[in-house]
Amino acid sequence: MELSPLLITNARLLGGDTVSLRVEDGRIAALNPPETPGYAETIDAGGQWLAPGIIDLGVFATDKPAFHFGGITRAALMPDSGPLDGAGLVERAAKGGKPDLWVHPLAAATKGLEGKELAEIGLMKQAGARAVATGRGRIADAGVMRRVLSYASALGLTVIAHAEDEGLTQGAVATDGEMATRLGLASAPAIAEAMAISRDLCLVEETGAPIHFRQVTTARGLDLIRAAKAKRLPVTCGITPAHLFLSDTAIGDFRTFARLSPPLRSEDDRHACLAAIADGTIDILASGHDPRGPEDKRLPFAEALPGMAGAETLLAMGLQLVRDGHVTPARLFDLLAANPAKLLGVAAGRIAPGLEADLILVDEGTPWQVDTKKMAAWAGNTPFDGMPVQGRATMMWKGGLRIR
Amino acid sequence: MTSFTTRPASDYPPGGDAFRHRHLIGIAQLTPWEISYVLDAAEEWVELNRSGAAKHDDRLAGLTIINAFFENSTRTLLSFEIAGKRLGADVVNMHAAQSSVKKGETLIDTAMTLNAMRADAMVIRHASSGAVQLIADKVDCPVLNAGDGRHEHPTQALLDALTIRRRLGKVEGLTIAICGDVLHSRVARSNILALTLLGNEVRIVAPPTLTPPAMERMHVTTFADMDEGIKDADVVMMLRLQNERMDGAYLPSAREYHALYGLTPKRLEKAKPGAIVMHPGPMNRGVEIDSSVADDPTRSTITEQVEMGVAVRMACLDILTRRKRGVPGWN
Repeated sequence: MELSPLLITNARLLGGDTVSLRVEDGRIAALNPPETPGYAETIDAGGQWLAPGIIDLGVFATDKPAFHFGGITRAALMPDSGPLDGAGLVERAAKGGKPDLWVHPLAAATKGLEGKELAEIGLMKQAGARAVATGRGRIADAGVMRRVLSYASALGLTVIAHAEDEGLTQGAVATDGEMATRLGLASAPAIAEAMAISRDLCLVEETGAPIHFRQVTTARGLDLIRAAKAKRLPVTCGITPAHLFLSDTAIGDFRTFARLSPPLRSEDDRHACLAAIADGTIDILASGHDPRGPEDKRLPFAEALPGMAGAETLLAMGLQLVRDGHVTPARLFDLLAANPAKLLGVAAGRIAPGLEADLILVDEGTPWQVDTKKMAAWAGNTPFDGMPVQGRATMMWKGGLRIR
Repeated sequence: MTSFTTRPASDYPPGGDAFRHRHLIGIAQLTPWEISYVLDAAEEWVELNRSGAAKHDDRLAGLTIINAFFENSTRTLLSFEIAGKRLGADVVNMHAAQSSVKKGETLIDTAMTLNAMRADAMVIRHASSGAVQLIADKVDCPVLNAGDGRHEHPTQALLDALTIRRRLGKVEGLTIAICGDVLHSRVARSNILALTLLGNEVRIVAPPTLTPPAMERMHVTTFADMDEGIKDADVVMMLRLQNERMDGAYLPSAREYHALYGLTPKRLEKAKPGAIVMHPGPMNRGVEIDSSVADDPTRSTITEQVEMGVAVRMACLDILTRRKRGVPGWN
C-alpha cells in the first residue's frame, strides 16, 4: 500500500520543544523539515505531546483494543499461552497483530516452559522471536538456566526472567506482612525475589549473557541490580505501575484484582521502587497486561489467578510519575519505548529520522477515571479501579499508518 | 455463675446502634462494646438452655436459616443447627464437599441459588480465606462466618471470650497464651483480635515454622518456648494441630511436638494457679494436650466452650435478624 507523506505540526516533542515532523514511506523522514517540500497530509497537534508509540514488553494476550487505547504500537508477547516453544507458533503469534499492531513474540526458554529442556530458540528466532522468556515462573534448575543464558546469548537474544524463588513462594499468594497475616493468606518473604536475582546474576557474571528481570519490586532486589550495573554486567530490569503506586494494603477486603505475580509488596518496598525508577536502576516500564475474566477473578483470593489488565492505564500512570517528579517526560519515554526497543532490537522507540513512524499524540492533562466496567480490554481486572488519572493517547500511527 | 458485668440486652438503648452490622464476617469489624453486647445477649440464652426440658424461644419462627458448609465440620454445624432450632427457625443444612464445589464461580452461583430460595440468614464455612466475604457481598440476607480458611472464625472467639468471662469473672486485663499452630488457625486470628480489643495481654506460643509473619503488628508477643510463654498466664488456650502439619514439612513429628509444645500437668504449673485451659476441639489427646489436663474440670473449660457456643450463636442469629423481623429500634 502506498502511504502518502504525513506532516505533524505544532507538537511538543516529548513534552518539550514545539516541532513539526515529516513521515515518508512509513518512516520518520525529518524533524522540523523545511517549508512545503511537496504535498503531505497535515495534522495540527495543537500543542499536544508527540512521542514514540509505546513498546509494551511482556504482555500475556494480544488485546488490540486495550493496546490501541493505551497508545501501544508494539507488544512483546510472553510465551505462556501456547506455550510459544516452536517456530510455527512464534510465526503465527507474530502475525496476530496485523495490520495495526506489531506483535513481537518472546520465545519460550524451555520446551513447554517446563524448565527442563532447551526449546528451539534458534529456529524461533528465525521465525521472528525477539528475545527469550522464562514465562510466569523462573527456571528452578540453575544448570538449565545457565545453558539457556549462554545459548540465547550466542544467538544475540536477551533472556527475560521472572525473579521469585519457587521454594519460598510455593503456595503463597501475598507478601509476608501485617496484611497477609490479618487476612489469613499464605504468604512468602519478600527476599524470595532477591534470592532469585542473586542466583541469576552469578550466572550472568559467569556466562556474560544478557538478562532482563521483567519485574523487580523489592528494595533488596533493586539493590542487587544497582550493584550489578555498577559492575557493568549486562543486566536490565523492569516494573509495572502496580508496584509503583500500590502496596499490599490494596489486597484488603480480598480484592482479587490486586492479586498479582509477584505479589504487591510493603510500602517501604514501594518507595524503593519509586527511587529506583528515578535514579535509573529500572530500565523499562511495562503494563504486564494480563486480562482475566470473572471465571478467574471472581473467586476467593487464594483461588483467583494473578494478573492485571494494565495496557490502558500504563501511559496515564507513567504520566503520574512525571507529575510526581520521579521522571522527566524524556525519561518516561525511554522507559516506555526506547529501552524496550533496544532490548528487542527493533528500529523504533525513538523519534529520529530513519526509524519506523510508530507515533502517538498525547493529551497529557485531561482527567479521566479508571472504571473496570468501561475498559477497552476484554476483561476489566485493573487494581486501579476508580482512580482518577490524567492523560491519554489521542492519535496513533503504526509505521506511518493512522490507527486512531 | 453469671458475671457481674452482665446486663440484660433489653437495657441497651434502642436505636439499632448496639450492633451496627448486617453480617458477622469477622472480629476485625467489631468494636469492644459490640463484642460485650453479644456476650451479654448470650448470657440470657445460657440461662434458657439450662432451664429444664423446654428450651424453645420461638422469636425466629417462620424464618429460614441455611447452614452452607463448604468444608467438613461436625461440631460447629451442629451448634449452629441447634441454635437456629431453639430460636424456632427452619434450619436447612447444605454440605458441599470441597470436591464438588471447587470453582469459585460455582461458589457464587451456589450462593445466588441459596439467595433465590429467600433464606433469612446464611451460616457459611469455607476452606478459603475471604470466601465468606465474597458470598456476603452477593446475597440479600445476613451472613454469619462459621470459619473461612485461615482468616476468621468470629463465633469461636466470642464463645471463648464468654467462657473466660464466666470462669474468671472478667475478660480484660488478663494474660492469655494462645498455643500451637497459629499460622493455619482462624480460631487464633479471631481470638487475637477479640482478646486484644477487650484489653488483655495476648501471647502467641508456637514453633517458628507455625508462627505467622508480622505478629508484632497484631499487638501480641511471640514465644517459641512453651514454658516461657505460658508463665503466669491466666488462660492457656490450646489450638488443634492438623495431622498433615506433622509430616515433616512444618514439624518433625507428633512425638517431638508433644515434647516441646504439649500441655502436660507439669508444664501447666508454670501458669498462674487456677489458670484455665481452653481448646476449640476436636483434641488430639497426647499430642497438643494431655488427657489429665483436658479432663480436669477445675482447669479445663472444653465442654463449657461447647455449651457457650450454642448460646453465642443464638445471640448472633437473634441480633442479625432483628432488622428483618422488624424489632423496634432496628431498622
